[in-house]
Amino acid sequence: MIAMAEIAAASRRPATSRPGIPGSGECAIRVRGLRKRYRSEAAVDGIDLDIKRGEIFALLGPNGAGKTTTIEILEGHRRRDGGEVSVLGADPAAAGRAWRGRIGIVPQTQIAAGELTVREVVSQFGAYFPDPRDPDEVIGAVGLSSQARTRLRRLSGGQLRRVDVAVGIVGRPELLFLDEPTTGFDPQARRTFWDLIAGLADDGTTIVLTTHYLDEAAALASRVGVLAGGRVVAMGTPADLGRVDDAATVSWQASDGSRTVRTDAPTGYVLALAREAGGEIAGLTVTRPSLEDRYLELIGASQNGATS
Amino acid sequence: MTAATAAVGRRLPSLGRVSLVRGMIEIKQFARQRENVIFTFSLPIILLLLFGQIFHGEVGHTGVSFRQYFIAGIIASGLMSATFVGVGVSIAADRDDGTLRRLAGTPLQPAAYFAGKAILAFVTAVLEVAALLAVGVAFLGLHLPDSPGRWLTLAWVLALGSATCSMLGIAIGVLIRSTRSAFATMNLPYLVLSFISGVYFVFSRLPAGLQHVAAIFPLKWICQGLRSAFLPDRLLAVEPAHSWEHGKIALVLGIWFVASLVVCVRTFRWQRQGDR
Repeated sequence: MIAMAEIAAASRRPATSRPGIPGSGECAIRVRGLRKRYRSEAAVDGIDLDIKRGEIFALLGPNGAGKTTTIEILEGHRRRDGGEVSVLGADPAAAGRAWRGRIGIVPQTQIAAGELTVREVVSQFGAYFPDPRDPDEVIGAVGLSSQARTRLRRLSGGQLRRVDVAVGIVGRPELLFLDEPTTGFDPQARRTFWDLIAGLADDGTTIVLTTHYLDEAAALASRVGVLAGGRVVAMGTPADLGRVDDAATVSWQASDGSRTVRTDAPTGYVLALAREAGGEIAGLTVTRPSLEDRYLELIGASQNGATS
Repeated sequence: MTAATAAVGRRLPSLGRVSLVRGMIEIKQFARQRENVIFTFSLPIILLLLFGQIFHGEVGHTGVSFRQYFIAGIIASGLMSATFVGVGVSIAADRDDGTLRRLAGTPLQPAAYFAGKAILAFVTAVLEVAALLAVGVAFLGLHLPDSPGRWLTLAWVLALGSATCSMLGIAIGVLIRSTRSAFATMNLPYLVLSFISGVYFVFSRLPAGLQHVAAIFPLKWICQGLRSAFLPDRLLAVEPAHSWEHGKIALVLGIWFVASLVVCVRTFRWQRQGDR
């Protein structure tokens, strides 16, 4: 369980959009009524999104919620069945090469491990873009400097994933898509990765990522859209999502067994209990739902409609 | 400076530059796969040495040994194997391992991707032909072209033949569903054409019907062009038109090149419809 205070401490992004970023406030992505069906199953069932420039936006949800389908439609990799989509001012289904030169993609699937070295792969992808970053700087940023001359075939899974990120950012994208970027990372690697992404956002890159890790969304994103069953079930800053206006739960040990009471005024309730007990209350706990509890509740409520 | 402002005013890199980048990447990938290199280069050489031992006699009354006639054919066949089959299989592999999908997410033009394949095909074809020539001269009594004109013929037939077969390989390779079926799919037309185009048999001795069919496809014309580079004009007695028909060779290969290029450019998609 992750307590709210920890979430707030871990959050590197201010909840509001940052000032001083040119174009901040404009929409990088605008989606209205997005729909996609696979055969008879609705994978995306009427999604609206507004993602501002310079923002880190997380699509959070369980497997099969429609995250990847949504992000692939935004990338222009997948056709939609309905709705309006505008990404950097263009419809991704019809956008051309100049538009592609402004976005970066880190897909869910790992890059094929072949006979090329890390440096060859990264500089190759850089060469397709109008204003690429220096490949060696990018390789350093993802922490692969000492593997720069190693062939991909010899890298570990986590290292290959970092090559994916390097390939995604070498073109100096205005907008970066990351589809479950840290799946399979160890905790240390995830922290390092979060720092890298936060650094990119500080340089003005708009970032859209999907994740099924609540802590990742909370630590990284300025705003989070919770997806379940192809619908947005909650949207807001991590703090908004974790806002506690729910009742607290007071539990204690009475002489005849354990008791649990839900109340909107836990302080008064505990004071009354203390007076009654005439001192220490045995086994007292006061809890509020954690962000994770809220999240599980949100996605649980629409699980019956979920598809894969 | 932000990403947004830095990108303004920067042009996308030119087709020529990106094609060269793709070509280098393709060559490196190919050269580092040892099995692939050995397979590609050794098969025609083994066939050359094997059939060189089996075939005897002279072609008609031309004084040209069938062995020499056959060497010109196996060089043409090796060229087609290195280009047509090699390109088709590698495109299927690129689709299978997600390379195409990843390239689709960048501003790379399909034309630069094709050009990279064609560059690799041309380089392997030149090396293949050089290896076959070396073996032919060393062990089977082949004579190298004896005049600048014949060297020039060798050069343009090689270049045009390789470009045409690469484009055809791309046009067919993009239709293949998986790497596993790629070898079979690419080898079927290659082997059939090898048998009817004057590689293993003297072309003019084939049944007329097969000759007409073969004359539609490029390999027959590449074989004929290479014979004109390597073999004496005495052989014209048994050539179907009693002429090397250089103009017609260039025309047929050129038509195939342009037609497959148009098909590639118009039908190529980084991703299949079903995957979208």
